[in-house]
Amino acid sequence: MTAELHIETRKQKLVIVGNGMAPGRMLEHLFETTDQYEVTIFNAEPRVNYDRIMLSPVLSGEKSYADIIIHGEGWYEEHGVTLHQGDKITEIRRHERKVVSEKGVVAEYDNLVIATGSNPFIIPVPGHDLPGVLAYRDLDDTDGMIKAAEEGGRAVVIGGGLLGLEAAAGLKLRGMEVTVLHLMPTLMERQLDTAAGYLLQKELESRGIEVRCEANTKQILGKDKVEGVELADGTVIDASLVVMAVGIRPNVQLAQEAGLEVNRGIVTDATMKTSDPHIYSVGECVEVGGMVYGLVAPLYRMAKVAATHLAGASEAAFAHAETPTKLKVTGCDLYSVGDFAEGEGREDIVLRDAQRGTYKRVILKDNKVIGAVLYGDVADGAWYNQLLTSGEDVSEMRETLIFGQAYQGGGQADPLAAVAALPDDAEICGCNGISKGTIVQAIKDKGLTSLADVRAHTKASNSCGTCTGLVESVMGLTLGDAFKLPEAEGICGCTTHGHGFIRRMIKAKELKSIPAVMQELEWATPEGCAKCRPALNYYLVADWPGEYVDDQQSRFINERVHANIQKDGTYSVVPRMFGGITTPDELRAIADVADKYDIPTVKVTGGQRIDLLGVKKEDLIPVWADLNDAGMVSGAAYAKGLRTVKTCVGTDWCRFGTQDSTGLGIKLEKALWGAWSPAKLKLAVTGCPRNCAEATCKDIGVICVDSGYEIVYGGAAGLHIQGTTPLGKVASEDEVMETICALTQYYRETGFYLERIYKWANRIGYDHIKEVAYDDLEARKSYAERFRYSQKFAQIDPWAERVAGAEAHEFSPMATLNLEAAE
Amino acid sequence: MNMQTKNWIDVGSLSDIPRQGARCVKNGEMTIAIFRTADDRLFALEDKCPHKNGPLSQGIVHDGCVTCPLHNWVISLETGAAQGADEGETASFPVKLDGETVLLGL
Ligand SMILES: Cc1cc2nc3c(=O)[nH]c(=O)nc-3n(C[C@H](O)[C@H](O)[C@H](O)COP(=O)(O)OP(=O)(O)OC[C@H]3O[C@@H](n4cnc5c(N)ncnc54)[C@H](O)[C@@H]3O)c2cc1C
Ligand code: SF4
Ligand code: SF4
Repeated sequence: MTAELHIETRKQKLVIVGNGMAPGRMLEHLFETTDQYEVTIFNAEPRVNYDRIMLSPVLSGEKSYADIIIHGEGWYEEHGVTLHQGDKITEIRRHERKVVSEKGVVAEYDNLVIATGSNPFIIPVPGHDLPGVLAYRDLDDTDGMIKAAEEGGRAVVIGGGLLGLEAAAGLKLRGMEVTVLHLMPTLMERQLDTAAGYLLQKELESRGIEVRCEANTKQILGKDKVEGVELADGTVIDASLVVMAVGIRPNVQLAQEAGLEVNRGIVTDATMKTSDPHIYSVGECVEVGGMVYGLVAPLYRMAKVAATHLAGASEAAFAHAETPTKLKVTGCDLYSVGDFAEGEGREDIVLRDAQRGTYKRVILKDNKVIGAVLYGDVADGAWYNQLLTSGEDVSEMRETLIFGQAYQGGGQADPLAAVAALPDDAEICGCNGISKGTIVQAIKDKGLTSLADVRAHTKASNSCGTCTGLVESVMGLTLGDAFKLPEAEGICGCTTHGHGFIRRMIKAKELKSIPAVMQELEWATPEGCAKCRPALNYYLVADWPGEYVDDQQSRFINERVHANIQKDGTYSVVPRMFGGITTPDELRAIADVADKYDIPTVKVTGGQRIDLLGVKKEDLIPVWADLNDAGMVSGAAYAKGLRTVKTCVGTDWCRFGTQDSTGLGIKLEKALWGAWSPAKLKLAVTGCPRNCAEATCKDIGVICVDSGYEIVYGGAAGLHIQGTTPLGKVASEDEVMETICALTQYYRETGFYLERIYKWANRIGYDHIKEVAYDDLEARKSYAERFRYSQKFAQIDPWAERVAGAEAHEFSPMATLNLEAAE
Repeated sequence: MNMQTKNWIDVGSLSDIPRQGARCVKNGEMTIAIFRTADDRLFALEDKCPHKNGPLSQGIVHDGCVTCPLHNWVISLETGAAQGADEGETASFPVKLDGETVLLGL
């Protein structure tokens, strides 16, 4: 009784631990409704309440600390608040309702609010405690970065999320060289899908920020201070500053030691009360409804709920809501909200505008918006978020939803946008070296209106024809409605573009990754499908040797495990035998392997190889290791690439032989193995026109004659049967090599994925191919050179790589369970 | 006895599975494929296409589906149901992540 009377006559004591944005807002709400409390705040940081979000503009120089103060000294005086700056609470004595600070201050409370925020996570790699390694959390970190920037040099920012990228952009503006290291394949993967992540990366790179994705930091180098960063792959990057921005952890230590219920964060109910009825908690340190938060919008809602309960009995309860993410880097406009993962019953609407570099994706489920990712054009972010929050049925406006609120009523993505964006000197027709400007000029000057006219006057698309679609687009752009574009036929449901168009655009726009192609060519699906991904992967491998990293997940299984999957799930293994020649040692090794691994079937193939059929998946690696040890490499019997060069015995043994057909076959196979091509490629060299090696039904064949070598190509002996067509005759082995390398390269560069060489030749024209790969000595030489360059990166034995440990996940089960039989 | 009871079994860690890929878990006679999508969600299906038992774990993963390597049926990772005009369904299993640990519900 007396206690209650006492409370009425004196103000209640409210103590707050931490003076961040959440309790600051809570007090504003509280003072609006009541002055029943005498408030004491302890803050570990030696300062008043400031806008932590605005540290990025302070870092970049757009604002100063004075600009971002929320509550100045005067505010605390006005409200009678005692603020202990730079004094940390080290203990809560719950039974006495007291807190104790580091400096020895003891404060009594009736109600306590814990608002300790979170701590930046520091990866415990060697060197993480060197001077020059900073987190990005408070004003001291920001000042430290500004100071480091004055010295110049390179900053390495570890972490490509919101904080890391804001730090990177700020440091760049301060004049540092900046490298961002990100563990994941795309930036901000929690907020953005791969397409938007790609655009963001491109934007940052255009500002001179180096971005390395899938970069795993191994250690920070330096003796007395930071000197560099070493990655797991051995790369060393010099650095005078390292910023770690890899995430935050709720700061729960104090609460935990006080015996409050703590999970990932300090657990509260929906009224923000902890497991102790006299203790509330707000901010990033809280776990409410199983969630922890790292953006201010939900923290401000917590602040309001806590304030109303502190002021008296109230119904207010905290409820989860999606918070949109934005990046505060001037000129990088992105917006994401809600759930954008793929899933059952979800529908994606994607709009890409490559010319403007924008990407919009809205995710629907049951006719309701459940998420949105916007890049470049974020004007409608708030509208989508509103549709998401309201849960409105959007089926009525489904067709036009993606164009935005203002656009209700129509509008179509412009199919010509990508071509319109090309500069005048962009090469459209590769065969004849015709630029976009030349075609436009010719159309205007000569009044051309048909494709045939354009071909006749400019030669554009007059040769291999793969650029026809592009030329038509240029005509459409120049002539407007006067030119009717033929219906485009997409390579799959994900795109309206054909193979030829895609291949030309990859070169013209220098597209070097699958997400780049999908964005720039306005793919209609986020990740493509099993039809387009392998095709794009091949085009990129063929077009950017040494630069493009083969995407294993976009390859079919046989090319991923370098063996042929059989119908019972076992594999067949074929070692390479150059030119079909083997030795007793190789044969013994093969026999030993067959015995050792119980391989049920050993067969001689049509391509003069030995096929080991029925190898268990887990035996692949040891089988390859044994074959490697005997000097054999993969026969690539599974590849869309060079398979075999078949030979006859020629002058070595045969009385009819005119040349060393076996030696030439071996030479050819040594030059060509490892090459990827649009479809499989099989060769043969035969020692005289009797044709024992069956060269005249191969993709490429050589027929030896007394005066030299006749090169033929375009044969087929599968479902379709077709004899070869002569390419030309040469006198020396060297010329054979050069011509065949040139022919193969021309096919590699202009073939459509899965198009065998005879189909390619039927499409492009045998005469034209002969011009390029045989008649025109200069063209022939340069194609052959390009082929040899590309082979530098292709002739690596995939078996040896895997025996050494590459792609190990492909070859063993993740786990083998020995469960007791279910009851 | 109790159909509701699920045993959550630790089958490895998230990094064991490549993005847009799969790994297998052998459970007696049955093989279960655990898929990881580009955005790090996990799904588990019996490693058997409803069409002709193709090993789905070996297929190409895209947009919440996997394309069977044998005859290109497209199977939903979430439900195991064949998409488009094809009909059939593969058994699916619950799978969840605890930190880095992949837990399969059997
Ligand atoms: C650079 C940067 C940019 C950001 N950008 C955005 C953005 O654009 N949008 C957005 O929504 N959010 C953003 N955030 C996140 C946002 O700033 C935080 O969510 C918010 O400030 C957290 O508020 P809080 O009150 O929970 O904790 P904090 O603001 O972290 O405050 C906690 C305070 O408690 C003190 N403290 C800790 N332990 C004790 C103790 N034992 N005794 C006394 N004091 C203690 C700490 O010193 C600290 O000052 C950004 C954050 C940073 C760092
Ligand atoms: S092709 Fe001619 S050289 Fe070769 S084996 Fe036959 S007959 Fe002899
Ligand atoms: S055909 Fe199948 S997948 Fe194919 S689809 Fe078949 S077994 Fe599957």
